[in-house]
Amino acid sequence: MLIYIGRRLVIAMVTCVAISMLTFVIIRLPPGDFVDAYIANLAASGSSVSADQAEAMRHEYGLDRPVYVQYGLWMNRVVNGDFGVSMMWRRPVTEVIGDRLWLTMAVSFAALFLTWMIALPIGIYSAVRQYSIGDYVATMLGFIGLSIPNFLLALILMYTGFRYFGLSIGGLFSAEYAQAPWSAAKAWDLAKHLPLPACVLALAGTAQLIRIMRANLLDELRKPYVVTARAKGLTESRTVLKYPVRAALNPFASSIAYLFPYLVSGSIIVSLVLGLPTVGPLLLQALVAQDMYLAGTIVLLLGIMTVVGTLVSDLLLMWIEPRLRLTGRS
Amino acid sequence: MSASLADDRLAQATQLQLTWWRFCRHKLALVSLFIVAAFYLVAIFADFLAIADPHATDARRSYIPPQGIHLFDTNGFAPHVSGMAGKRDLKTFKLVYVPDPARVLPVTLFAHGYSYNLLGFIPTDIHLIGLATPQPIDGIFLLGTDQLGRDLFSRLIVATRVSLSIGLVGVGMSLVLGILLGGVSGLYGGLVDTLIQRVIEVVRSIPTIPLWMGLAAALPNTWSVTQVYFAITLIISLVSWPELARVVRGRFLALREEDFVIAAELSGAGQFRIILRHMLPSFTSHIIAATSLALPAMIVSETSLSFLGLGLRPPAISWGILLQDAQNVQVLAGAPWLLITAIPVSLVILSFNFLGDGLRDAADPYG
Repeated sequence: MLIYIGRRLVIAMVTCVAISMLTFVIIRLPPGDFVDAYIANLAASGSSVSADQAEAMRHEYGLDRPVYVQYGLWMNRVVNGDFGVSMMWRRPVTEVIGDRLWLTMAVSFAALFLTWMIALPIGIYSAVRQYSIGDYVATMLGFIGLSIPNFLLALILMYTGFRYFGLSIGGLFSAEYAQAPWSAAKAWDLAKHLPLPACVLALAGTAQLIRIMRANLLDELRKPYVVTARAKGLTESRTVLKYPVRAALNPFASSIAYLFPYLVSGSIIVSLVLGLPTVGPLLLQALVAQDMYLAGTIVLLLGIMTVVGTLVSDLLLMWIEPRLRLTGRS
Repeated sequence: MSASLADDRLAQATQLQLTWWRFCRHKLALVSLFIVAAFYLVAIFADFLAIADPHATDARRSYIPPQGIHLFDTNGFAPHVSGMAGKRDLKTFKLVYVPDPARVLPVTLFAHGYSYNLLGFIPTDIHLIGLATPQPIDGIFLLGTDQLGRDLFSRLIVATRVSLSIGLVGVGMSLVLGILLGGVSGLYGGLVDTLIQRVIEVVRSIPTIPLWMGLAAALPNTWSVTQVYFAITLIISLVSWPELARVVRGRFLALREEDFVIAAELSGAGQFRIILRHMLPSFTSHIIAATSLALPAMIVSETSLSFLGLGLRPPAISWGILLQDAQNVQVLAGAPWLLITAIPVSLVILSFNFLGDGLRDAADPYG
């Protein structure tokens, strides 16, 4: 079991390093650097920067050093918790990102939670009452969820809310709490705003999970031990819930591993549509302005948080699935 | 008697026939096959089906609402549309267009319009429908116009070509990567396998959209539409090959132990021959199924990226670019028809999913 955990940890570490390198490559890809963009920006507004000044700025930001040195310098500071200064905002990156990263995670986790809460009962119902009207409705809804990209769904919801209910759906806080410091009231306000984006994000994943759960449970229900349980006179609910559902849950848990990255990346684009104060809109701005430290930090932190989320789900899976614990030992 | 006839038919059928019969049992997949085929036909004959030049702008017809074609007038069958007349809305002071029944514009089949090359090499200017006598401002606005007065229907049709082809090219690229890496992984096993599997794990655990955004934002502004098109395709396919590699590896692992492969090995067939001649044919169907399941993901990726303004750039027209116009709720409230692009997007994705489902079931007709 320890070996299994160890292996997972090593993989997670390697993934993090890979993500950091990829991030750095992405940031280095665009021709020209921040100073070029900055000068172009100034030129557009009428003032100019001399070649000497530009050189000085490049030196100050370390842009005149070889790429691997820049990567090394960057990583060194990142490990020490210093993510550099956002060139666009002229403030430390951590300050610019602020609560946004946690809000991104809050939205993603809420979506994950919702996915489970919806998919589990519907999946069980669909399997137990196979080919019933409810099963067909669930299947239909599942396919619709699968077919509408989540940003489109967000767009349609926004339009419907605006057109027919005169509401502006969007944001994570009411106006009076947006800038307020954290308090119980603000948290409650967040909790009230979370369900809608979470629903939008969760729909596609839910559709998949319902299908997985249904298929798994159907396989389990046909096994002889279920017949034995029935023959022994167990109540129907106990027959289903006690063993088959638990056995069918295993692939369910392992699906978080790829559901979570999917939700995080979905939250970026949904945030843009719904105007959520997550890292999504910030990332887009930073990328457009080639603000390398800000964009890099966001991609890096998102990647690492996803890896951690995946790791947690793996450990959870091990807790549910004894077979994994045993194979890990050999 | 009839039962044994059916048995005979089953016993003599080739694998392809068996697969087809199994596929036909999945009714939704069969319907989806036709829908997908129809979409690709539209993509091939996009210019012929388009009514107006999708790039032609005209400030005098911005945000015209969708209008239908009237098939009959008072004298019988005479397809026509009404001319649109601009009016000031006295509440909002916006210019709104209302049909003016007094101005009758006859519609004909195979009308002359803007010039294009049919199938890429036949120069012509004939379109499926159009006004009998072309007018400078008037037109047939089946789905309305956008802010710049471009006909949404024509744009949607032309966008179909870009969006669907980007999916195909992208899948082609990730297929090459997937088969190569998955094949090597499954065939050699051992260290190479472990290494490739870890790489796949790493790629899968990276949230894709931030990664794509980063890569796409890095494309130089000076690149031409075609260059951006291929770059975006490459970026999208970079992330979707692991799934295909997984399928290929799984099949290789399963087939390696099969009797017929061992038999071929014992009779002295080379490794290359075994793979191409004996193994590949038995899992092409699986690859096709995996491909058709990967396609909708590609289409969504392109749409999302272009929607964010990081994918294809105007003057290219794709579904994502059309939806970009619909980003703003205030605009949507005034011109809800801009959201219509959502329908073909969802329909294609749904059809591909059903199709992939059916193909996956049919891939193993003996099961």
